[in-house]
Amino acid sequence: MGITFRKETFRDDFTFRNSPEHIRRFPFPFHEDSYMYAVNIEPHVVGPKGSVLENLIDVDEHYVAEMQDRALVLAEDPLRCQSLPHMTLAGWDLLELLMEQQALGYPEHFTLTRDGDRWRWINRPLGIDDTFTFGDTSTLPYGPMEYITRQSQGDFCILDQRDGNLWMDAGMVTTQADWSLDFDIGMNFFEWHAPVPLAHEKGIFIRALKFLTNIQQGKPARRLNWTMTINPRLDTSPENYHKWGPDRTTVTPENVGDKVHLRVELQSFWRLPRSNGIVFPIRCYLIKMDELVTQPKWARRLHRVIRDLPEELATYKGLTRYRPTLVEWLLKLDDGSPTSPGFGPDSVF
Amino acid sequence: MAAKSIISRPVYGTLSPQAGKHHLFVADAEGALAIIGMAKNAPAGFFDGAEIVFIPGPDGKHVGSLEALKPAQFHLAPSFASLLPRLKQTLTNAHMGLRLYLSGTEGLIGQAMQVALEAGIDHTSMQTEHRGSLARRMQCVHCKGITENVTTQPATCAHCGLLLLVRDHYSRRLAAFQGVCINAEDRSEIPPMEEIFR
Ligand code: HEM
Repeated sequence: MGITFRKETFRDDFTFRNSPEHIRRFPFPFHEDSYMYAVNIEPHVVGPKGSVLENLIDVDEHYVAEMQDRALVLAEDPLRCQSLPHMTLAGWDLLELLMEQQALGYPEHFTLTRDGDRWRWINRPLGIDDTFTFGDTSTLPYGPMEYITRQSQGDFCILDQRDGNLWMDAGMVTTQADWSLDFDIGMNFFEWHAPVPLAHEKGIFIRALKFLTNIQQGKPARRLNWTMTINPRLDTSPENYHKWGPDRTTVTPENVGDKVHLRVELQSFWRLPRSNGIVFPIRCYLIKMDELVTQPKWARRLHRVIRDLPEELATYKGLTRYRPTLVEWLLKLDDGSPTSPGFGPDSVF
Repeated sequence: MAAKSIISRPVYGTLSPQAGKHHLFVADAEGALAIIGMAKNAPAGFFDGAEIVFIPGPDGKHVGSLEALKPAQFHLAPSFASLLPRLKQTLTNAHMGLRLYLSGTEGLIGQAMQVALEAGIDHTSMQTEHRGSLARRMQCVHCKGITENVTTQPATCAHCGLLLLVRDHYSRRLAAFQGVCINAEDRSEIPPMEEIFR
């Protein structure tokens, strides 16, 4: 049985919702009642059936709507997708990876057939059936990275590895938590992370880079990151900050449950075979407070995490304006009882 | 996004004579003083293989002192924009061993470095020395327009008119600091504008 794709929007009338199954599989990012940056990297291996880790590249009920939103962003601002000239080979690597993974995980929706360099790609949810020559850009309607990332959920950065560093030399970035690919393209690992508070001082980026530059092909890794977003808006780019920023002033005790969303990024790291680059998919999951608190453990824990979040992190994540309203709302759902270890809700996995 | 951070912010040094036969200096205004200072430590004959390209400040100072170094070539330009075609040509046709020395305002250093990077010269093989004004070149993240010589915090975008926080986040590729709307969440909040990049 295939996925039933929802018809929904991430802008204007914001009809995005999670089905009950998708609420239960939400990748809740807190394994304890407090949060601080750490080198939280682990092997990216398949997880329990029904979880977001059932497949290493996750496709869910929001797939079609997300791809439509991406097309709208790109039509308004083509600079969200850029690739420096030396990155085309890495783009082909990424195309192969995403086609293989999606076809493997969801054979009812995606099919890849190969006859030497002659490839046929069928994407049923988006109504695509293309035959092309692998490695020959003239046989695709876009460059290889753009072609496949218009058909894959999440943002993607492709990093070139040289001089012991990683360089952000290509990317498709339309669902970002307030950073600009156009500004950061060409920067190295330390430079694009420059705005992050506290983590540099803790040596986190030095250790993280050492880990990433040693990633082996076939042994991807992952980590979770999170922030919060008002309304289920995917495009919270700095480019459009003057358009979505005012949303942060609209949170009231009455609408917290509907407006405030936890935004979790499942980030993974994969070595690419031909280019020796690394691809960094940033898969974004949104959940509104009303949906999240259907799992009592998550409600209690989120209350404690947001209440105690260090000020620097709250400022960086842009929570300052509505944090008190949110904490007060969550307090009512926290009876003070202990929370079990681990990420999952009390009941499943 | 936090206002303060410095890892992407360029770090400038002090010009010092490098080994090699071909040296290109690009400087504006008080950047001339960096070259003149360096010349004191340069071996005899150093400027025989040197080209100096200079954009004088409004006061027109330092032209004579640079000429007195007797570089193989000396070129005066009225502005960076006017210099650009020549600089591109020089860098594209440069010898493998060309040494590049950039001195003066951040805007000059950043833009000259941008051209050099595009010509395939690695940023670590360039010498830089900051002299003179701290005025910033800023890219508006919203409309992408560049505003030159920004001295205030916040600053108004010369293109779209938004009031921007001038961040320390810096792109070598764009040769610019990032400007982000400072009152995006509530336009009625208008923080006072202070001259801080002098
Ligand atoms: C190569 C892969 C990676 C890419 C492309 C990447 C990219 C980014 C970008 C663009 C930002 C936003 C910075 C801004 O404010 O402008 C960011 C934030 C951050 N990154 Fe990375 N990153 C990568 C790997 C990592 C790793 C391995 C860690 C490990 C600890 C890490 C930790 C962080 C943290 C803690 C933040 C702040 C996030 C927040 O509080 O919301 N990143 N990253």
